[in-house]
Amino acid sequence: MHDRQNRDRWIRVLALAGLAALALASLAVGAANVSLSDPQAWLFLTVSRIPRTLAAMLAGAALAVAGVVMQQIARNRFVEPSTTGAPESAALGLIAVTLIAPEAPIWVKMLVASVTALMGVTLFLQVIRRLPPKEVFLVPLAGLILAGILGAAVTWIGWETDLLQYLSIWLLTGEFSGVIAGRYELLWIAGIAAVIAWFAADRFSILGLGVESATALGLRPQAVMRLGLVVVAVVTAMVVSSVGMIPFVGLVVPNIVSRMMGDNLRRTLAPTAMGGAMLVLGSDLVGRLVIHPYEIPAGTVLGVVGAALFLILLWRRPRRAR
Amino acid sequence: MSGTGGIDVRGVTHRIHGTTILQPIDLSLPSGKVTALIGPNGAGKSTLIRLIARIDPLQTGEVTVNGLDVRQTPSARLALEMAFMGQHSGLVSRLRVRELVAFGRWPHCHGRPGPKDRAAVEKALADFDLLPLADRFMDELSGGQAQRAHLAMTVVQETPWLLLDEPLNNLDLAHARALMAHLARLRDEGRSVLIVLHDLNFASGWADHVVAMKDGRILAEGVPAEVLTEPRLSELYDTPITVGSYQGRPLILHHL
Repeated sequence: MHDRQNRDRWIRVLALAGLAALALASLAVGAANVSLSDPQAWLFLTVSRIPRTLAAMLAGAALAVAGVVMQQIARNRFVEPSTTGAPESAALGLIAVTLIAPEAPIWVKMLVASVTALMGVTLFLQVIRRLPPKEVFLVPLAGLILAGILGAAVTWIGWETDLLQYLSIWLLTGEFSGVIAGRYELLWIAGIAAVIAWFAADRFSILGLGVESATALGLRPQAVMRLGLVVVAVVTAMVVSSVGMIPFVGLVVPNIVSRMMGDNLRRTLAPTAMGGAMLVLGSDLVGRLVIHPYEIPAGTVLGVVGAALFLILLWRRPRRAR
Repeated sequence: MSGTGGIDVRGVTHRIHGTTILQPIDLSLPSGKVTALIGPNGAGKSTLIRLIARIDPLQTGEVTVNGLDVRQTPSARLALEMAFMGQHSGLVSRLRVRELVAFGRWPHCHGRPGPKDRAAVEKALADFDLLPLADRFMDELSGGQAQRAHLAMTVVQETPWLLLDEPLNNLDLAHARALMAHLARLRDEGRSVLIVLHDLNFASGWADHVVAMKDGRILAEGVPAEVLTEPRLSELYDTPITVGSYQGRPLILHHL
């Protein structure tokens, strides 16, 4: 038992050190060279670099947590918010507000986006409930199809109303170059949602044992599911509307953490959040460096890195005793 | 723990997609006993035990456990009265054995285990021969080992009633016997057990009370010697069954 606790502690320490190193690098790297002797430097840091770094960390951490919560609810390792139709639903909500009440305050837009994302992910859950439980890959497949249908609908509306440009920002980019102070703070709400998930960690773990066991232990499985869906919806809506959807984080990070530490969320949620923060921050850094002084969106980098990681995870499935 | 009353089933029926699974069932299960629920496949045993354990919602009738109506009573309260183990069709979660067993303490500690909870978990691990496996992940265990881990999780809930749906699945003879002996010990401590069994000799050897079900009805109930008779069992399973006797208990043979 002590070996295990030591190992967990090392994983935590290394993750924290890695995250700190990435954060420092993110503060230091960019199109403009900043030197601390420059009086403009602090302004630059506080207005641009620090918000950008925080935004990447918050989005990554929240998406990874939302991913693991979604996996517990669906009892399937291969789902994440972006394979449930939630981002497309959030975009549908955002486009509806933009059309119906363009002057609506930001909180109204966020609320609508969260509610429509919740509707989307609830629809996903209804769809997969009808699938045979043994067919593990049908669930993400059904999610992708649902996302495709919702995406087509929202694209059609965007086309008809000349709002395609907004759509591409919400659903395609996953970009942090536009992040400055005052334009990323919504991601704190995603962060808070992730913290709420941490408080309910045991409930999600028990839900992962199955509805039967959860009921026998006195939980109300439906209530826990609803809480989880709200977390997933809020995180998705905030990420979609502030930096654009980022793929693969919610899929890859929880799977890696599960391989190393298992699925007891009380122990694994913090490392999952750190892993998500590291992955997105690292992708943003790579995007800033490869064609310096120009940039590639973090979402694009993740499309490549995340897909590669996912394939490795699929090929190197752990050996099972049965 | 109220400890009194037992389980009462009144007028419970069940239908799935128009097919009748349970005819109106009336049943009183005494507390302080090991009750075996036997019968052929499709008799409705699992349905009945799942309805009692409020895993599936009651369609008609009423079930009370130690005087608590399972439809009305909050699930969290019932979790202090009865523990249930179903036929697990594969756990997807990657938990360590000790972590899984510890979740059995949830009704008591709600995620904040105290010394008493930790001690109960360690004792359950020892009782089910799991200490050497305690730090292994569930997906690294054999079917029987995983079954024992689930049993430990159920027993560690320390409820007056234990409801077990075919717990001997996957268990080798030694562990099956050890489980029945453990249940008998719990009974001697005043707890009550309802257990779905397929191996009739386990029912004969360890149960105080036997309930035989067929086609959604209760065919017979009583002490093992009353229920486990040649005519009764042959009717129950629609196959010739020979019943001998060993140390005063029925010995069921079916290979003749």
